[in-house]
Amino acid sequence: MNARDPVELARAALLGVAPDLAGERIEPDTPFRDQFDFDSMDFMHFVAGLAKTTGLDIPERDYPRLQSLRDCARYLEEHGWRAA
Amino acid sequence: MDHPVIHKRHDAGRRAPHLADYAGTCRAFRWEAARAELAGLPGGSINIAHEAVDRHVAEGRGDRVALRLIARDWSVRDLRYAELAALSSRFAHALEALGVGRGERVFTLLGRVPELYVAALGTWKRGAVLCPLFSVFGPEPIRARMAIAEPAVLVTSAQLYRRKVAPIRAELPFLKAVVLTDGGDGGLDWKTLLDAAADGYETARTAPGDLATLHFTSGTTGRPKGAMHVHEAVVAHRITARYALDLDENDVFWCTADPGWVTGTSYGIVGPLAIGCTMIVDEEEFDAERWYRILAGQRVGVWYTAPTAIRMLMKAGAELPARHDLSALRFVASVGEPLNPEAVLWGERALGLPIHDNWWQTETGGIMIANYAAMDIKPGSMGRPLPGIEAAIVRRTGRGVEAIAAPDTEGELALRPGWPAMFRGYLREDERYAKCFADGWYLSGDLARRDADGYFWFVGRADDVIKSAGHLIGPFEVESVLMEHPAVAEAGVIGVPDPMALEVVKAFVALNPGYAPSETLRSELLAHARKRLGPAVAPRAIDFRPSLPRTRSGKIMRRLLKARELGLPEGDLSTLEESA
Repeated sequence: MNARDPVELARAALLGVAPDLAGERIEPDTPFRDQFDFDSMDFMHFVAGLAKTTGLDIPERDYPRLQSLRDCARYLEEHGWRAA
Repeated sequence: MDHPVIHKRHDAGRRAPHLADYAGTCRAFRWEAARAELAGLPGGSINIAHEAVDRHVAEGRGDRVALRLIARDWSVRDLRYAELAALSSRFAHALEALGVGRGERVFTLLGRVPELYVAALGTWKRGAVLCPLFSVFGPEPIRARMAIAEPAVLVTSAQLYRRKVAPIRAELPFLKAVVLTDGGDGGLDWKTLLDAAADGYETARTAPGDLATLHFTSGTTGRPKGAMHVHEAVVAHRITARYALDLDENDVFWCTADPGWVTGTSYGIVGPLAIGCTMIVDEEEFDAERWYRILAGQRVGVWYTAPTAIRMLMKAGAELPARHDLSALRFVASVGEPLNPEAVLWGERALGLPIHDNWWQTETGGIMIANYAAMDIKPGSMGRPLPGIEAAIVRRTGRGVEAIAAPDTEGELALRPGWPAMFRGYLREDERYAKCFADGWYLSGDLARRDADGYFWFVGRADDVIKSAGHLIGPFEVESVLMEHPAVAEAGVIGVPDPMALEVVKAFVALNPGYAPSETLRSELLAHARKRLGPAVAPRAIDFRPSLPRTRSGKIMRRLLKARELGLPEGDLSTLEESA
């Protein structure tokens, strides 16, 4: 995995919350909830994980912009995330 | 008390609440009078579907909007009472054509889609029994519940069928038909089925005590329990929606509960439709911005939601509600787990209204204890019993129970049976049903206290059942699935405190020889549990232990696991097995 690739970063945060998705194909452009079971608590923990690994502060109002892997990657890039 | 009482002012510009005089209404209340407000069917019959839709059509209100369905892309579809009556009649015909007899079970596994409401009402019209399941359940909870109730029909979507039902289909030989709302492999197509069905259905003349609805709940041990509810429950749903939610036919009402839980049926279908109001149905899951937009844009007047959602809204900050016009909102209520005082007060600041907590259970069928529009709120209290409901704090004496008269004393919350929404049994579990009663009381399993003013305060559960995000989770169901994994020798599951969900599920496992604790194994076990149980029931955390504390008779001592996890006193250890 390329640690700088924001899609992979989001995927890793997702697997941290939902390890049942390991080995499953996750469509980068499809919202999480259309692909697998992912409840509000999962989503909250997912964003917390993403914030922790990137060091970004992700406010609640931005949550709707984090509904798919591609969404997340775009969001991270817009917020100037760069791997160390 | 830490938080000041919220005093209610009477706003001269608005109509008085339906329950304006609590003490007077309680004194004068008779269930017969509440029953007389129903339309009824000939021969003393009561049918929920008739009260919920056909009655309104017969009385000239068919063109009022029953459901306003908001899709993810914000498109809106209105279903009027007359349309809902016609569609549900077609579904009743379809059930009959499929050979579904009266009393047979029809399961739904659906999100908040129009077909859910049509299927529920059509099932009741047929005289069959509705059992709504939670769509976030994994295959195992679905299989376990179906094995108990042996439904004749399942209504679900193609995607849910493929992911959750197809893998267990061979274990469901009792199913006569699967109906898929959007067609596809493995089932009948909803649209084809309804298009072929005739209009107008003569609603089954169900007796007041005929079985209408089955809601599964969880106990500490054993299989899930199917609480059986009857058609006359609509008497209670209607009157409690009036009193505890202050609902009337001119209201726009939004109940955010998932249709798979009892709230989503009692107050997400039956109560508000029996009143004749307009219900908002949002297909989407929780999203703070979206929810405020719906409250403002749809001019919601009465809103019934849950503590976890309220706490998520609190976390989302105060500037969001400030950007929306919430002036139509008149009454806000919450159920699922106790609402913390901070959340009640947050309502006053952010929404301009305090939030009214209330208490009830799958077994009670309807709201039992509540905070009312015209009654002062003590933040943190669940309120006072509904008119017609006698509640008490009792202690178990070994031979039975006795009521505790002294205020502020902790004990088990008990109710005097006899209200119409009361459950009539657990399906095929007479013994477990009988255990819920002693000395003329229904024992709720919740610990509480009552203060000198008659307000009830939730203390905790009397058993090991976990309350998470408004749902009851049976530890045994989770432990059984963990035990299926070859690495697991023993499993004990408890609820640990969580700022959002009240509790979250945590599992402790001891491993079989040949397995060692590791992050990889932890992930593997979490993955296994999520696949089998779904995220709402699966543990959010797993810890490894060399062994788990057991009683001498071999039962895992969850209470002790919990005390050790939370650093609480370990209590009576006299039954603990020596080696643990």
